[in-house]
Formats: sequence, C-alpha cells, structure tokens
Amino acid sequence: MSEPLLIDLSKPGRKAYCYPPLDLPRGFDQALPELPPELQRQTAARLPEVAELDVVRHFTRLSSLVHGVDNGMYPLGSCTMKYNPKLGEHIAAMDQFTQIHPLQDISTVQGCLSVMYNLLEDLSSITGMSWGSLQPCAGAHGEYTGLKMIRSYFLKRGETERVKVLIPVSAHGTNPASAAVVGFDVVEVKSNKEGLVDVEDLASKLDHTVAALMLTNPNTLGLFETDILKISEMVHKAGGLLYYDGANMNAIMGMATPGDMGFDVIHLNLHKTFSTPHGGGGPGSGPVMVNDRLRPFLPKPDIELTDSGYVYRWDDEDSIGKVSMFWGNFLVILRAYVYILRMGSEGIKAASRHAVLNANYLASKLGQRISIPYGKLCMHEFVASASALKQQYGVTAQDVAKALIDEGYHPPTVYFPLIVDEALMFEPTESESVESLDRFIEAFLRILDLAKDDPKILKDAPHHCPVGRLDEVRAVKEPDLRY
Amino acid sequence: MIYPYIPHTDADRRAMLKAIGVESIDDLFSGLGADLLLEDSVPISHGRTEDEVQRMIDSIAQRNVRGIPFLGCGCYDHITPATVRALSSLPSFVTAYTPYQAEMSQGLLQAIYEFQSMICEITGLDVANASLYDGANAAVEAASLMLAAKRKSRVVLVSETIHPFALKVLNTWALGTEHSITLIPQLDGTADLEKLESMLGDEVAGLIVQTPNRYGLLEDYTSVAERLHANGSLLTISADPLSLAIQKSPAEWGADIAIGDTQALGLPLAFGGPSCGYMAVSQALLRRIPGRVVGATVDSQGRRGYTLTLQAREQHIKRERATSNICSNQALAALMTTIHLSSLGWGGMVEAAQQSYAKAHYLAYHLAQLPGVTLVWDKPFWCEFPLVFSDAKRMRKFLQELRNEGIFAGVRLSSLTRKSADELVLLVAVTEKRSREELELYLAAARRVLK
Repeated sequence: MSEPLLIDLSKPGRKAYCYPPLDLPRGFDQALPELPPELQRQTAARLPEVAELDVVRHFTRLSSLVHGVDNGMYPLGSCTMKYNPKLGEHIAAMDQFTQIHPLQDISTVQGCLSVMYNLLEDLSSITGMSWGSLQPCAGAHGEYTGLKMIRSYFLKRGETERVKVLIPVSAHGTNPASAAVVGFDVVEVKSNKEGLVDVEDLASKLDHTVAALMLTNPNTLGLFETDILKISEMVHKAGGLLYYDGANMNAIMGMATPGDMGFDVIHLNLHKTFSTPHGGGGPGSGPVMVNDRLRPFLPKPDIELTDSGYVYRWDDEDSIGKVSMFWGNFLVILRAYVYILRMGSEGIKAASRHAVLNANYLASKLGQRISIPYGKLCMHEFVASASALKQQYGVTAQDVAKALIDEGYHPPTVYFPLIVDEALMFEPTESESVESLDRFIEAFLRILDLAKDDPKILKDAPHHCPVGRLDEVRAVKEPDLRY
Repeated sequence: MIYPYIPHTDADRRAMLKAIGVESIDDLFSGLGADLLLEDSVPISHGRTEDEVQRMIDSIAQRNVRGIPFLGCGCYDHITPATVRALSSLPSFVTAYTPYQAEMSQGLLQAIYEFQSMICEITGLDVANASLYDGANAAVEAASLMLAAKRKSRVVLVSETIHPFALKVLNTWALGTEHSITLIPQLDGTADLEKLESMLGDEVAGLIVQTPNRYGLLEDYTSVAERLHANGSLLTISADPLSLAIQKSPAEWGADIAIGDTQALGLPLAFGGPSCGYMAVSQALLRRIPGRVVGATVDSQGRRGYTLTLQAREQHIKRERATSNICSNQALAALMTTIHLSSLGWGGMVEAAQQSYAKAHYLAYHLAQLPGVTLVWDKPFWCEFPLVFSDAKRMRKFLQELRNEGIFAGVRLSSLTRKSADELVLLVAVTEKRSREELELYLAAARRVLK
C-alpha cells in the first residue's frame, strides 16, 4: 500500500479552495500601484492542483501509515510517550486562544498571561526552582537557553576562563551539541561500573576552567545518581554550576526536586513529562527553570503580576535577551497547564510512581530473558542489551526493533546510550495497564524465541509494513529530498 | 485510588509489586535517599475533573479580548481552509514522535518530504529541511551555517531592517561567543546596501536581510549576491513565504539560503506559537543544513519509501560536532502548512498574496489622506505599512478609539524595539481576510479621530 505524492494527482485548473472575490470599490484596482517589475516574481512554484476530497483522502491515508500513542504502545526510551489527554486538544483548539495575536495590547491578553504565569508557578513548585521562562520551543532549545545563562553569569563575574562543560558519556546527544553552540568546550565524564557518574573522574576534571556539569537524573540508563548531593557540592566548591536535563523528569515528579539536588538551572520537556503531544517531532516546549543565582539572567520579557494585572518586564539588565520570536509555543504551554490542573499535586506524583512501577515490572519480566547490564531496580526506564543475541544468533538490537513493529509496537530507543552494546532502551510510562504490558512482554518473548529458532525472519523484519527496511546508504549517496 | 490517565487498580499494583519482588512503590524510590525524598506534597492545587478544568479555563479565556486584527509584525491573520485543522488533528499525526522508525512512519515522512518540496518550490532553492522553531531561530541557524561554510570567518552582517525580535534573538545567540553581528544601517526604511562594499572583509561570513522588512517594505537586492559571492560570503534572505507568491524569490535574487516562518501559511495566531521556521539552501550547502531532512529511497524489493537521512550532520550522531543542536522541531505546524498549501495550490497562494496587497494599499491610500498621519517612505510594500503619527497623544487616542470599535488598529513599533525614536510608528497589517466592511469600519473610525 503506497500513497502517491499529491503533486502527481494534480490536474491544471482543479481547485480545493476558493477565495471570495476582491470587493474594493470599482476603479480602485486601476488606481492600485503595480509592484515594480524588478521586484516581481518570474517563475511559478509547482504546488498541487487538486480537489478538496483529494486533499482529505491523501492526508487521511498518510495518517493511517503512522503509529502514534493513540495507535498503540510506544515505549521509546527517554521520550516519555505517555497518553496525551483529549481535554488538552479540545482546549488548545478554543478560538479564545487560537485567535489571539501575540502583539495585542497587554490588557487584552490577560487570559494568556495568566496561563503562562500560573504554569511558571506550578513548574517552580514541582522542580524546586525559583522561576523560569517559557520561551524555549523544545528541550534542546532549553539547554541552549540555560547554558547561555551560565555563560552570561560567568562573563558578568569576570570568570572568562570558565570555558568547559562536563558531560557524562551517557548523556543525550543534544547536551554536547548545545554546549558547543553556546561556545563551550565539551569534556566527557566517565561512567563507573554501576552506570553512574564516576566521581573520581569528575573530581580530576573539576577546576577553575569548568563552567558547568550537565546531568540527567535519573540518567539515561534509568538509574538515579545516588551521589548527586556529593556531586553538586563538588561542582559548586570548584566554582561551577549544575545543569539538569529534565528529559527524565517523569521519574521523580512529586517525589524529589532538582532544586533540592543542588541544580542551578534545568529545562523541562512539556511534551514529555507534562503530556503534551509530540506532533510527529514537535512542536514541543522546553521551559528553563532557575534558582535565585541565575534568575537575573532569564530571557526577556519576564511576566510579572501587578495591581493592574499581568505585565511584561523588559528592564532586566543581565537578561540574555530573547530566544524565540514571541513568547514560546503557547498552545503547547496551555496543554501542559491543563494537564497539571487535571492531575494536581497527588496526580503528578502518582504519574511518576506508576511510571517507575511500570518500568520495573517490564524490566523484571524481560530481565529474565535478556541482559539488563546496569542496575537491579530502575526508575522510569531501563536499558537492555541484545549483545548476547548478536553473538549467539546474529540478531541485533535493530532486528529486534523491526520485529516489534510487526507485532504492532513502536520499538524502544535503540543504540543509545552509547555505553551499552546493542542497547534497547524501554520507557513504558504510567499510561500502560498491566494487561498492555503483559501483551508487550509476550510479543517480546516470541521475538526472543524466533531469534533462536528462525533468525532469518527477524533479519528480514518488518514484514507487515508498506515498506521493508530502507536503503539508507542510497538515501545518503543519492539524496532525493524533494519532488 | 483512581488517578486521571493512570489505569492501575489496587489489585494491579499488588500483583506488579509482587512480580518485581518489592513491598511497595516507595521501595522503588529508596535510591533517592531520605535527604531528597519530599515529605510533603508539592504545593500546587489538587486535581480537578475534566468539567472543572474546562470551567476554569473558560473563565480564564474570557480575560482574552478579541478584536478585528490589523496586527502583523511576523504573525498574520490569514484565511485558512477547514481542511487544515481537520486533517492536522488526526490522532496518529498528533501523537507520534520523530519518525525514527521509518517503516511505521511512512505517512509522516512522506508529508515532510512534500513540505520540503513545497518550500523548495516557493523559495526557488534546492534543499529544504523538515522545519526549525520559528523565523527568528531560522535566522540564528542561517548565521551559524554561514560561519561554518567560510573558514576563519566570525562576522555576520545583519540588516537593521529585519524584525526587531529576530534581531534580539540573533544578539542573544552572539552573546559570549567569538562570533559577532555587524548591523547594516537603513536608509529611508530599507537596508542601505550601498554601504555593503565598505563592510566586506575576510572575516565576513555573510549577510542576512529581510523582505518584506520590519516596516512591511519590500527591499531591492539587485547585485547584492554577486558582491557577497565575490568576497566568498553568502546571502541569506528572510521572507514571509506568502509574499513570495508575488515578489521575487530568494533564488531569483541569487540567495544561498532562504529562511522565514510559515505562520502565514495555515497557522493560527495562537498568541505567537507554535509557528514554524523554514530553511532552504542551495545544493552546495546540502550537507550543512541543520535539523531533520527526509529523503526518498527504496527497500530491498525496490519499493519507494521515505526515511530520515543525512543524519551524520545531527546531534544524536555527531554530538558536539553537529551542525546544530536541534532535535525536536515544529513537525505538526509544518504539516499544517503542507495541508494549507495542498489546498490552496499556487493559484490560491497568488490570490491570497494579491488580495492582501490590494487591500493593504486601499487602506494605506485612504489613511494617507487624513491629517496628522503620513506614510513616511514612498517605497513598495506588500500587506503591511508604517503609519507615522504627528504626536504621541494623537496616536494613543487613535488606538483607543479604534479599540472601542472592536478594531486592533496596528502594532506600535516601539513596543518591539523599546526605542523612543520609534514611538510614533504604527505598523498596520491588512490580509486578504479583512472584509470590505472591516476596512470601511477602520477608515470611518480613523476619519472621526483624525479630523
């Protein structure tokens, strides 16, 4: 089953949409100045010319070739693919929000500002930080913003020699990439044999040239950094700051806070922890939250509540400035606010507790048949290794992933983190029931049986998709990126 | 205890804990230690039912006031076909993530491929990516790309006439790095590119300009690309993509990079976000483009399929040596633009652009007849123009009186630039969506105030 490109269904003259006729007074069109010829476009663009039903069928069929959380379990590690409540979609579609212009007079946008202000208050409580900014559009954008603030903090203090950011080898790829964009040198910190930060290695790298340590806690192995208080003390003693990558915040909501752990700045992923939909790769939202030390450096404008209502504050001298065009991905921010209102204090805590319960249940069952190299218990996710399968039967993590697709599941994250050979990283989230997990476990065990009995089936998987494994090399060597 | 969106029963919890081999859920958190485990609940409100949340949001929403928007400055109220919301709300599009697993994401990948194609067609350039955060961040990525493409360069020239917020975002990006931004001054509302020659040196990576610019004016880039290329530098043109239905495309000006925001193509105002940044580049820059790129290829049976490609540029492979740190982008917003363009076709785009042009000129022409306001610069514009008031009091009264009529008359430039020099400038945007009645209502109110 393949779907043609819409452009290939084009027929000159066919239309899916009509504008009302231009109804300016008679004669005005003649008076209209012509666009100077040197500014006029010369060539037409090739866009589809189709009927409305063609558009509807095309995109409806395309959507049937996509697997989302609404279709089935999606245990993609570190991405927190939890259920996205329909209430959020309903509210984000309300005209009273979608039809508001970002530059309306402030007295006419008090509703939007109240959503943003109250969400910042709630996020401050949940993370144990002082305040934040909702401008960043995604997690990596939040990292960039937080690191920029760290940079400005040290420049302001005249500590220009602090040019290094320490990052564990197990960190998300965006961490080192964001540090590089901000102009820091990246220095890797080793993991110890438990999969945690190697404190000795860290100590050897801490000096007056270190600006910050970036950490995910729990880390990408799903393990809590039990030495975190010691680590934060060490970093602070050396004059550095601590950055918390909030990608894994779904493990600890209501149980502990990054603020108590000693972090100075964190980013959250509202599209992970706070249940806003991932949209096929975005839009997300990556708020940064800070303690008092970094608060003056937050992006502008801040929102303040005064006697006359909410106002923007533009006058913070130390602010790093703006990081997005307007105020952030407002409709995503709104959905996260709705989620928190619905869940409340007990609900967000229950979400994390059940996310951790589900991950441990899954790990306990799968761990009987496949190696989970690090940790006896895990937090919200865990990493298994297909290394033995590869040695015994030639079946790789990739093969297992593709076979899961045939079973109707989105595979776990594969080949990440880099410290686990043939890594399969599972994050079931709190959304899945025990029956749903049991069905997944059965499917996974069937695949392990096949690895032994008929590995060829796995090597050729998936068998039940519109396409089989694609020729990635050809995609790179002969790029075909447009019609 | 039943919690929203969590399916577990008491019996489930007991059975699961038993399987894990622990007594309680608390045992799973023992690693956090007594020092870190919170004793009290997080101080946010208790949970609410769906109905309670809806009522609460309804009352918050009432504090937003809607009017007839003649507001622009990077966010415009255009007509959007009903197909856009209906099709972009299909649950599998909404609830999927980045299509890492190509075989079960073909629909999403193909839609992105169609998006990339349309952006290439509209800008005239060769290669487009899957989207960036917004127009301002697209400018940041363009600046990074130009610096990376020229050895030992460290300066990016930026026209003073680009959107004030995009300029702020660029300044944040340059802060504390070895890169710097040098402004090209303006002359009568457009970039003074006569000054370009004297500013070009080995250290200059390229130039970023914008048309229509911050005043809504269209700029002339005749011979700009040639002068930059002779210096080994690149040209980036930022443009509202809808304007490209009638004005010269970035490729026709000889640009190497085209950027902007697709908000005008199917995205609601939404208090400014999500919108969707776009970037297209010439073939020579193919392997430097930031972010996700989808390509077509074949499977082992020769069937055509789509996949994320050229990933060796990206952060999850290259880490600190990646071309950008971007991971999540604005995929669903890009899908909305793709559906919008599929519905409009080129004819529809041209119609929307021409009607916006005509209606903006109609309003501008009649406003210019009134005392106390002028259209300062006699330069071509598209759907937005600067109206300059003789004094601040008159401007305030104008805005207030029109608001009383339910009209949002324009954006004060000084609210963006925070500069007193811009205090008397009002930017008025008129799209094809503004009806004749709305235009006449605006004019009637304006005549009453400015008599």
